[in-house]
Amino acid sequence: MYQSKIFVTLRKSILDPQGKAVEHGVHSLGFEKVKDVRIGKFVEMNVQTDNKAEAERITKEVCEKLLANPIMEDFHFTVENHKS
Amino acid sequence: MSKLKFGVVVFPGSNCDHDAHYVAGTLLGHDARFIWHKEGSLGDVDVVILPGGFSYGDYLRCGAIARFSPVMKDVVRFANNGGIVMGICNGFQILTEASLLPGVLLRNASLKFVCKYVHLRVENAETRFSSKCQQGEVLEIPIAHGDGNYFVDAGTLQKLEENRQIVLRYCGPGGQVTDAANPNGAISNIAGIVNEAGNVLGMMPHPERASDPVLGHTDGRKIFDSLVESLVQQTVLT
Repeated sequence: MYQSKIFVTLRKSILDPQGKAVEHGVHSLGFEKVKDVRIGKFVEMNVQTDNKAEAERITKEVCEKLLANPIMEDFHFTVENHKS
Repeated sequence: MSKLKFGVVVFPGSNCDHDAHYVAGTLLGHDARFIWHKEGSLGDVDVVILPGGFSYGDYLRCGAIARFSPVMKDVVRFANNGGIVMGICNGFQILTEASLLPGVLLRNASLKFVCKYVHLRVENAETRFSSKCQQGEVLEIPIAHGDGNYFVDAGTLQKLEENRQIVLRYCGPGGQVTDAANPNGAISNIAGIVNEAGNVLGMMPHPERASDPVLGHTDGRKIFDSLVESLVQQTVLT
C-alpha cells in the first residue's frame, strides 16, 4: 500500500485574505520577520496498490478531479510506501 | 396558462430549498417538487433550481462534493439540452464546480459571512432570467454567504463581457458600481452570470427571499417572473 500526502495551495495570482489575517496575527506576536503567509490544505490518503506508478497516477487524478480546483488552486504530493 | 414544472434539488445541507419551492409552488402557483440529490433522474421538469445552503457542509470547497451527487449528471444533461437551470448562492457555487458556469466563488475578501440587503444593477435585461427588468434597473435583494467572491481569469472575464453574460452587478442605491458597494470582493462587482447559451443562471443574492410582499421586498420575483415568461413564450412558439 502507498500513502499519498497532498498539498493544495491557492494559486499565486489569487489573493489569500486568510493568509493575510494570519500574517497580521503573527506580526502582533512580534514575529516581524515572517512574510507572505498563505493558507492551504493538507490531505492524506492511502492507495491500495503495490505499484507506485499506479498510486501516483490515481493520486494525480483525484487531485485534478476533486481535491483541487484548477481555477484557483495548485497541488503537489508525495507518495511513499506505507505499511498497513 | 398551463402550469410549469419546477424541480428543486435537495442536497444534504441545502437550507433554502423550501423557500424556492414556496416561491415556485405557492407564490407563482406552478407545480413544484423536491428532487433528492440521490435520484438518478430529474424526471419531467421545465426548470431546475439548485438552492442555497451548505451542501456537504461546504467541506473541501463550496459545492465541490455536491457536484458529484448522482442527480448532477442529469442536471448537466438537462442544461446541455437547453433546460433552464437556476443556481442560487450555494447553487451558483455548485454550477461553477460542475463547469456549467465559468469561474469560481472564493472566500469573501473581508473573511466575514455577509448577510444583508444589497443593490444590484441589471447589466443585461435581455436574458431569460431578467427580461422583466429594465436595463440598468437597480434591484434590492439580500445576500447571505461567506464565499461569494466571484473570480475568473482576465480572458474569461473579457468573454463574459463580450457575450453579455454578466446579468447582475453589486452597486450603490443609485446604480453606481463601486468598490464600496462590493460586499465580497467579487471581480468586476459580479453578482450573477449566465452561461453562453443563456439557459443557466448563477447568482449569489437570494431572489427567493425577496419575492413574497410579506417579507418587505419583491424585486426577486422579477427574476422568477422573467424565466416563467420566457418558458411560456417558448411553449407558444413551439
